[in-house]
Amino acid sequence: MKFLDEYRDARIARTLAKEVAANTTRDWVLMEICGGQTHTIMRYGLDEILPKQIELVHGPGCPVCVTPLETIDKAIALALHPDVILVSYGDMLRVPGSNSDLFRAKAEGADVRVAYSPSEAVKIARANPDKKVVFLAIGFETTAPANAMAAWLAKRDGLKNLSLLVSHVLVPPAIRALLATPENRVQGFIAPGHVCTVMGYSEYEGLVRDFNVPIVVGGFEPVDLLEAVLMLVKQLERGEARVENQYVRSVTYQGNVRAQEVVREVFEIADQKWRGIGMIPNSGLRLSDAYADYDANRIFDLDLISADEPAECISAKVLQGLRKPTDCPAFAIRCTPENPLGAPMVSSEGACAAYYHYRRHAGSLTKIAV
Amino acid sequence: MCLAIPGKIVSVEEANGLRSARIQFGGIVRQASLDFVPEAQVGDYVMVHVGYAISRVDAAEAERTYQLLEEMGALEEELPESSD
Amino acid sequence: MGTKSVELRSTGRARAPVPTRAVMADGVKLASLSCPAPLTTRDRILLGHGSGGKLSAELVRDIFLPAFGNPTLAQLNDQAVVSVNGSRLAITTDSFVVKPLFFPGGDIGSLAVHGTINDLAMGGAQPLFLSIAFILEEGLPMETLQRVVASLQRAANDAGVQIVTGDTKVVEKGKGDGLFINTTGIGVVQQELELSADRAQPGDKVILSGYVGDHGIAILAQREGLEFETTIESDSAALHTLVAYMLNTQYEGGAPLLARVARTGNSEVCTSGAIRCMRDPTRGGLSSTLNEIAEQSRVGIEIEEDKIPVRDDVRGACEMLGLDPLYVANEGKLVAIVAPDAADALVEIMRQHPLGKEARIIGAITDKSASLVTMRTTLGTTRIVDMLAGDQLPRIC
Repeated sequence: MKFLDEYRDARIARTLAKEVAANTTRDWVLMEICGGQTHTIMRYGLDEILPKQIELVHGPGCPVCVTPLETIDKAIALALHPDVILVSYGDMLRVPGSNSDLFRAKAEGADVRVAYSPSEAVKIARANPDKKVVFLAIGFETTAPANAMAAWLAKRDGLKNLSLLVSHVLVPPAIRALLATPENRVQGFIAPGHVCTVMGYSEYEGLVRDFNVPIVVGGFEPVDLLEAVLMLVKQLERGEARVENQYVRSVTYQGNVRAQEVVREVFEIADQKWRGIGMIPNSGLRLSDAYADYDANRIFDLDLISADEPAECISAKVLQGLRKPTDCPAFAIRCTPENPLGAPMVSSEGACAAYYHYRRHAGSLTKIAV
Repeated sequence: MCLAIPGKIVSVEEANGLRSARIQFGGIVRQASLDFVPEAQVGDYVMVHVGYAISRVDAAEAERTYQLLEEMGALEEELPESSD
Repeated sequence: MGTKSVELRSTGRARAPVPTRAVMADGVKLASLSCPAPLTTRDRILLGHGSGGKLSAELVRDIFLPAFGNPTLAQLNDQAVVSVNGSRLAITTDSFVVKPLFFPGGDIGSLAVHGTINDLAMGGAQPLFLSIAFILEEGLPMETLQRVVASLQRAANDAGVQIVTGDTKVVEKGKGDGLFINTTGIGVVQQELELSADRAQPGDKVILSGYVGDHGIAILAQREGLEFETTIESDSAALHTLVAYMLNTQYEGGAPLLARVARTGNSEVCTSGAIRCMRDPTRGGLSSTLNEIAEQSRVGIEIEEDKIPVRDDVRGACEMLGLDPLYVANEGKLVAIVAPDAADALVEIMRQHPLGKEARIIGAITDKSASLVTMRTTLGTTRIVDMLAGDQLPRIC
């Protein structure tokens, strides 16, 4: 597949890894923000071919993982309502809420449907005029335009039976929060290429300025990520801190202006709770007042007690890159993808699940690799 | 986050004020919206996320940067293998 | 908000004293920074219990084996081989709940015949008789049933097996998905033949008969909300003739099963029991099958990513939906674990058969990492190939 296979080329990947080694004189801690990037690193074992001095820590960029507990609880409560069809992206179905998950709700008779695209939710609403269709609209900036279109289309076409349960998070405020943590160890960031495809990368300049940290917008294939690491290492070794764009084939400085317009029309910026991290100011999106009629939070009675998120899980530290999943005493023992203790074990983009699937026995794997 | 993959626009259609395309990914073809990439034409590659094209792949830029990587790879190959 | 900072913290390990409250610089309280309670109690059957992965394995381990446990069942093969009056009979049963009922490359009828025959064939049995039981939903068009029945009969004829008994039940409208089929298959196994998933030994080779993921993707392409255009067809096929072809080239217990002998170059291959076991990687895909073998033989399996054949359609669909072809279902492929000195010859033999044209060695059994399947990636690194946990779901991220 064009624009995919080239960036998985083993020869170029190895060359880039060697270049990184040749340019590295000391230890560096880098964070890839995005779960898709974490997935690639684990799937291709990129950490194996990078020099030991480069430590990759994995960021909070998994929308499924950071969707707040009460949003899941609300989705489950709505789904169990006999008049409701709940439409969700596939990977949300297994995410545990306080007492249940959407799969379980389905087993109890809830009408839960998996959609690949938000336009599916619109279609389902049109086809089921006697039902209330709720679309669980989660995501980062990448997904916001598509999710916004569902509300936009519903309003344009006067669809009265579609609403959105929104949990949208924004990357730059999260990076800011991470950098402001006293425990922060991250010295350079790989910014998420698809978020920046939509938003551009002007927002990251302020972070570079305020925290003197290099940020490289990176793609999702092995060659992309290794090149992004190389660009970061070169900056760090020279003592520079700039925003650079590795993912030029998809990302421009200003981003996708048209997509941004739709997002601005439908959503507004709001404080947002991140599961496992907490409230981060101005780090989310909610439906604007003009779209109040399509906001599940406003049209349904969802006065739920926000549940406590109990312990035995270090996901907060993992999501901030302070700990590796394998540092967790419950990892692969009491916490597995079938019985996840925390959200990062649920989605395959979650750092814990990525480690579990690809890296569980790091020791023995190393032996095999030699 | 945000799985998006490149696909080639096979045909474009307009209905109900919305522009969409049949897009080829490897051996399969799927419908996706072109609402956010009005400039995209048949033959272009676009990055598609949850059924929406979010960018037109800059083929010239991709070619140029890939060429650099290729050259670097080719150059490296001529050097003796390091002991990794 | 340039100077605003957020204090981030975790409640840490289990039962550790809870540290001081995290408070935002501007006074906003942070949420508790730990994870949700586990959902360990399995009080209901989930869809994942039927997906052939870990949840299915748990059902077998926790519910079925304790209740029915006996040495034959404990082998956990796709078929049971039992001795009756000096004959070795292979028995298997299977249920089919596919949606849609008709799909490119097959339908629930042909699938039922092929699936049952394949379960017998993987034990080296010659399939002879099938039973077919229908669970029909009230209101099902008679024409649909007729089409399925015609397809069943055609598939059975083609495979040379007879449908000798059956049953019909009808459930109320809404209580079934149109039509379910349950089958039982009976076959005979040659006396000397011993194929079982606990026989893999370090050094053995792993042979795969062809492209992975065709069936799963052909079905997925029809699924509501995911529809895409593809020419891919289900690989649904009865594998017993391929298996017979493979077995008849082997020597068992020092005596040839049949006169055919594989030739590589000038030397004849005469290996006793060279084929240790065979499995058809259906639900849960190649990865689940390999994990089962690794588990039952207590060995490691290492496969090579660039040796695993995946069609462009399957790849494209998997890339688009964020799926891994190793976890996608097949209905006409087999995996054989084979002694190293016979592997190349067997691949050649398989390639002479229409259902084995793309056969190849994809990896080997190792004595490292018992019960673990690993894969050498295209970059030369190594990663785990885990068993499927629950259903494979399309991802957005």
